[in-house]
Amino acid sequence: MQEQKFELDREINSVLATDCGSTTTKAILIEKINGEYRLVVRGEAPTTVEAPFEDVTMGARNAIREIEELTGRRFLSDQGVITPRQPDGSGVDIYMSTSSAGGGLQMMVAGVVKTMTAESAARAALGAGAIVMDVISVDDGRKPHEKIQRIRQLRPDMILLSGGIDGGTITHVAEIGELIAAAEPKPRLGIGYKLPIIYAGNKDARKHITDILGEKTDLRIVDNLRPVLETEVLGPAREEIHNLFMEHVMAQAPGYNKLMQWTPVPIMPTPGAVGACMQTAAKEYDMSVIGVDIGGATTDVFSVFGEYFNRTVSANLGMSYSICNVLLEAGISNIMRWIPFSIDEGELRNRIRNKMIRPTTIPQTLEELIIEQSIAREALRLAFEHHKSLAVGLRGVHRQRTIGDTFEQTGSDETYIDMTELGMLIGSGGCLSHAPRRAQSAMMLIDAFQPESTTMLAVDSIFMMPQLGILSSIHPKAAMQVFDRDCLVKLGTAIAPVGPSGKAEFGAPCLEVTLTVNGQTFEESVPFGSMKVIPVPQDTTAEAVIHPTRQFDVGAGYGRELKTTVNGGVVGVIIDCRGRPIVLPEDVKTRNAKLVEWFLAMNMYPEESLKKYAEV
Amino acid sequence: MAHAYTPGLKVTERAMITKTRRLPILGEVLVEKGQAVSPDTIVARTNIPGNPQTVNVANILGVDPDDIADFMKKKEGDSVKKGELLAEYKSFFGLIRHHVESPIDGTIEMISTVTGQVTLREPPVPIEIDAYIEGVVEEILPREGVVVKTEGAFIQGIFGVGGEAQGVIRVAVEGPNDVLDADAVRPDDKGKILVGGSLVTAEAIKRAGQVGATGIVAGGIIDTELIEYLGFDIGVAITGHEDIPVTVIITEGFGRMRMADRTFNLLKKLDGFKASINGATQIRAGVMRPEIIVPGYEAESTDEGLDITAGLVPGTPIRIIREPYFGMLAEIVELPPELEVIESEAKVRILRARLEDGRVVTVPRANVEIIES
Repeated sequence: MQEQKFELDREINSVLATDCGSTTTKAILIEKINGEYRLVVRGEAPTTVEAPFEDVTMGARNAIREIEELTGRRFLSDQGVITPRQPDGSGVDIYMSTSSAGGGLQMMVAGVVKTMTAESAARAALGAGAIVMDVISVDDGRKPHEKIQRIRQLRPDMILLSGGIDGGTITHVAEIGELIAAAEPKPRLGIGYKLPIIYAGNKDARKHITDILGEKTDLRIVDNLRPVLETEVLGPAREEIHNLFMEHVMAQAPGYNKLMQWTPVPIMPTPGAVGACMQTAAKEYDMSVIGVDIGGATTDVFSVFGEYFNRTVSANLGMSYSICNVLLEAGISNIMRWIPFSIDEGELRNRIRNKMIRPTTIPQTLEELIIEQSIAREALRLAFEHHKSLAVGLRGVHRQRTIGDTFEQTGSDETYIDMTELGMLIGSGGCLSHAPRRAQSAMMLIDAFQPESTTMLAVDSIFMMPQLGILSSIHPKAAMQVFDRDCLVKLGTAIAPVGPSGKAEFGAPCLEVTLTVNGQTFEESVPFGSMKVIPVPQDTTAEAVIHPTRQFDVGAGYGRELKTTVNGGVVGVIIDCRGRPIVLPEDVKTRNAKLVEWFLAMNMYPEESLKKYAEV
Repeated sequence: MAHAYTPGLKVTERAMITKTRRLPILGEVLVEKGQAVSPDTIVARTNIPGNPQTVNVANILGVDPDDIADFMKKKEGDSVKKGELLAEYKSFFGLIRHHVESPIDGTIEMISTVTGQVTLREPPVPIEIDAYIEGVVEEILPREGVVVKTEGAFIQGIFGVGGEAQGVIRVAVEGPNDVLDADAVRPDDKGKILVGGSLVTAEAIKRAGQVGATGIVAGGIIDTELIEYLGFDIGVAITGHEDIPVTVIITEGFGRMRMADRTFNLLKKLDGFKASINGATQIRAGVMRPEIIVPGYEAESTDEGLDITAGLVPGTPIRIIREPYFGMLAEIVELPPELEVIESEAKVRILRARLEDGRVVTVPRANVEIIES
């Protein structure tokens, strides 16, 4: 089945796009001004999927009404958004929307071998914007009755079933099918409806799967996502997931039938749209990109390296609703290692719990802000580790996906995320987008992701990547112009050498950097264990000559000079010589002194307060 | 956005309360619209298909999957008893014999000649839903359940663990600042919901469980003591399914926290009344807070709680819910319309409030909740 795709049939000069999130609906108005697409204005309103409203279009109308008030123009009629734009100036050329309201898209995936077809199925589901509730496979270590029990407990929106290469095993994929049939799973929404199941496995097993599941479930059959061992074809499965998302999940969420009639463009799951935005950005900038969106409940990580695109959702890593899970997974000591002052462990635990139960509160004091940003580092670090564990090549075979293989073969469990290759790291979500000083966002990203060599850092200022993602599916040029000019706040390039290769003491020579910006030259010598910021403004590039000492590698080899171009930003060019991985002193007093030194170098927090911490 | 503050939790002597009681899958509704129900009235019932079990008959017999039909002693739809012969393979005139017995009582659901698996299913499991509160059936949801309505006192907590329970309220401390410790739990507290002040200790919860109390309501709890009681740590704020004998409802937060006067005073008035409680908490879109419901309580006043839709105005009593004034009560003095820079350097909407000790402090509006004095 082909995904319903929208083809542009007219020139687009104005776009209205909404993202119906779980708590807030955000609307943006984009218009072509002097030949360039720019963000004109934005509006937001609480999402109205839950009782007592139970109609998503109410929240969308309220958000668009804010735009009407701010522009003094009319965009809404009784039927929805006015399209195309009218001679009297009302309306827009096109309206579109993304959605994650009502819990987003929740899926279960199944395959024969955990590290092969089941993993491919998980990648297909995650890339389509789903939360993967569980991965079931023949070899996952659970007994058949335990798997059946698990399938029964979960109430996913749909199941993606894969298994076997074409012409390969039928028995094992049928076995998984029989387990699903025995469990008689029920969908999350719509009591009395049949659960949609997408079969994307061995084509020779289709008849058997139809016999087993055809009556009990709403079975859809698409091309095998691993037709041969060496190839992964995720497109057809992802398209069917999007179709079912529209047909089943969206159609049963309150008010969506109405919202769907407002727009000719199929509604996209929010994370799927963000992924599309990242992919378009990687293509336009011609560089590898990692993006992260840290929310209250979940953290999404996206990566685009060459033709590889991956998305992971850490469903229980977030800054409010799931903040206690960050504490649980990271451990209190890992959070405390980023805090430069002493705090009682029990007190800190109670504070984190209180943030969980009152998630809308904000840090008032500097100490509270530092604590929250320390937790954020750990949430980001864990989410990235999770991402790296899934962003791996096809196990045990030469890497090859649908598009030509340009990568060398790596070990079966090795991630293809190469931090020295990374061109841009984009952060979004409350704690990164709204940090009082941009240097704080830069530091959280650096500490959590530990970029190597030279990497551009940026944050999404007002989280409009979902809307730009769906726009990029029909008008990439407009999406990218707004993305570059209005969405991204460029923080600056981080220069970070890998090393030391052996034992080295803090203070040992590490890096000499010469930057030439608009005819002005900066020369800096930064020792191991230190940081330095050179103020290079946003949208300015600098020619850099970076010379590491022999224990360090900045991308050209240990001790070898690198000549490159770096970008300025609102923070500047950041030289981070703390080593990779970052070395934090074990001794609390020494560590606190180092943290204060780094925070001062980054101008992260008020100097007076930081100096007080250093005195204690 | 219209409101930048946390609306207060509902603490009211008189409220109309409706509860939807829904089956997990379609079934049968057992009551009629308008019918009076008590907490233990069964309002709907269904049969959940029994647990399935799979047995790989082909593997055990050592035959090809597509041959297993020849060796099966039972066919699809047949009932079997545990230990009964399912399939048998004999060769060499019976010298070699392999057989498969049923691991459960149930029926044969499927014999697969593709995998050689036989799926057996245990008898259906009946599921019943009770009314949870005393009230009247307001609405029938055909084949799904009912909506029960009642009028009475209603108190929401901030966080809870444990599911639905009923009991008689007993205020076990003198004042809202007192700690509910093990000594305050009496041997005759069976079936009681015990009310503490600023804190409940792990020992008190343990003792309450021993004497058969069904619930505890207190201002605060220490994080590590909650973990000790549960036996595991809570990562995500979805609770209510813990397998624990006593449902615990916290009204203020983690740490020692004086219970709001209004909550404590109302619970004192409700001393001796029968209540339905639920610790289930979900902090996300569609927020669910733990609750204490006392159906049929006739309020002395007509006060239905402060109308929070008016929002924050000078004079509104509030509680500050974040450091550095966490837990303190105050009254709004001023609501400047402009954004102001606070100590963290964030530019936010703030208010000025007078604390109980007379100090006037600046607080982000996001960090207060309205309390009813």
